[in-house]
Amino acid sequence: MSVDVPTQPLVLKDRFKQGLAAPICLTWELTYACNLACVHCLSSSGRRDPNELTTAEAMGVIDEMAALQVFYVNVGGGEPMVRADFFDLLSYAVGRKVGVKFSTNGTRISAPRAQQLAAMDYVDIQISVDGADAPTNDAVRGEGSFAAARRAMDNLAAAGFGQFKISVVMTRQNVPQLDALAGLAEHYGAQLRLTRLRPSGRGADTWEQLHPTAAQQRDLYHWLIDRPDVLTGDSFFHLSALGDPLEGLNLCGAGRVVCLIDPVGDVYACPFVIHDEFLAGSVRDRGGFAEVWAHSPLFEELRSPQSAGACASCGSFDACQGGCMAAKFFTGLPLDGPDPECVLGHGETALAALGAHAPLPSVRTDHSRAVQVRLGRKG
Amino acid sequence: MPEDETVQLEADAAAAEEGGGSLEVDDLLVEEVSIDGMCGVY
Amino acid sequence: MTNAAPVAERALFDAALAWRLHPQVALRDEAFGALAYHYGNRRLVFLKSRALVELVRSLEQYGSAADAIDAIAPPGEAQRYRATLARLCRSEVIDVR
Repeated sequence: MSVDVPTQPLVLKDRFKQGLAAPICLTWELTYACNLACVHCLSSSGRRDPNELTTAEAMGVIDEMAALQVFYVNVGGGEPMVRADFFDLLSYAVGRKVGVKFSTNGTRISAPRAQQLAAMDYVDIQISVDGADAPTNDAVRGEGSFAAARRAMDNLAAAGFGQFKISVVMTRQNVPQLDALAGLAEHYGAQLRLTRLRPSGRGADTWEQLHPTAAQQRDLYHWLIDRPDVLTGDSFFHLSALGDPLEGLNLCGAGRVVCLIDPVGDVYACPFVIHDEFLAGSVRDRGGFAEVWAHSPLFEELRSPQSAGACASCGSFDACQGGCMAAKFFTGLPLDGPDPECVLGHGETALAALGAHAPLPSVRTDHSRAVQVRLGRKG
Repeated sequence: MPEDETVQLEADAAAAEEGGGSLEVDDLLVEEVSIDGMCGVY
Repeated sequence: MTNAAPVAERALFDAALAWRLHPQVALRDEAFGALAYHYGNRRLVFLKSRALVELVRSLEQYGSAADAIDAIAPPGEAQRYRATLARLCRSEVIDVR
């Protein structure tokens, strides 16, 4: 008598938890140099690192992307366009059939550069603003930064670039501007992208003042539910415990489907955990990036079944998966426990239990420049 | 292919599209994945 | 939800025609199938069986999708694989030669 074994459906999400042949969202920060000094910069950028990948090394990384069949790479920094070889690297990547989506503050997108970009295929652009108007944005990103971003958008539109993205980090000050932000995107026919502030990089210093309140998180959740056209990069999956799941994988992809290559070639689990604890290796190691992605002990550990820990008894764990690793790490919370912004309040309880003077992880290197952008008042 | 079978395939496809979410687990052989549904900066 | 660019009208899937992997699609093998990325519409599709991947890669060698299905789909699953190809047609992973 044969036993009827039911075919197990292959649940993609579970496969992703175990890792893939190559990352899907590979973030590559090209430089720590930046001509802005945003208060919440996740990479603490400002000054170029003396040890950054050379043009030849960067092209070697692109060769590896092509060999691994990485479909596209997300380029950022710092401000990637301040690298003198930026357009050379862009052309090289596209020529190797590696698509590039780059994130920029827009200060270097002049009219001629916009035309140059419009002529390229396989290139997507994301302009960063953190408010719907100059006072709100500039309080975080510096005086004149909103105007520069708008100029970049105008230049891209005039050059016929096509659709670009406008990316906003959600803060206590800009959550009330959701509709206005949607209007800004609509004005340009752009896609609006909202992402979550993490206490990473300089974000650690401004987290307390900037991160949205619990009530604002609920408003944001409901606004996103009503607007499936707004992208989030799966940034808010911790909010999925509030009801119907938001669009996205609703799980942490660090080391599984995403990772970061930093300007000196170090490979981290994700851009929000630039810290030795999450350093997987270096593209300069023998075997290059491919070896790190496939065999680094850190990634193998992240790809093994993760414990729910203190969240195991919570009925919402399936929806939120315990939230963001980076948010927990940099607020001093254990990784197998609630997110600091847990919508059920378990994170607040955990933080209170930690106490006000619990030591927080410190970052080994900080590329911030001396110039301060003080957290300002809305004008 | 018989006309009504063609219509049925399209109906299945339309139902799949309305399923919503970036991982459509209604089909054992294919899932469409939202690129933007990966936690990344960009 | 994808950030796909607007797509033109797609032809109905007709298995009597000759098909192929869409020229703008890159197919990358994974442990349980393959990932298909369309550089034009930016869609990412996971093909979750090795037989399906083989079918999609082999379409080009057959005079019709129906012939390819007969040759490659597992026994008893022709209808299921045909419906899946219709789905891939909608996502523009495959197109008519």
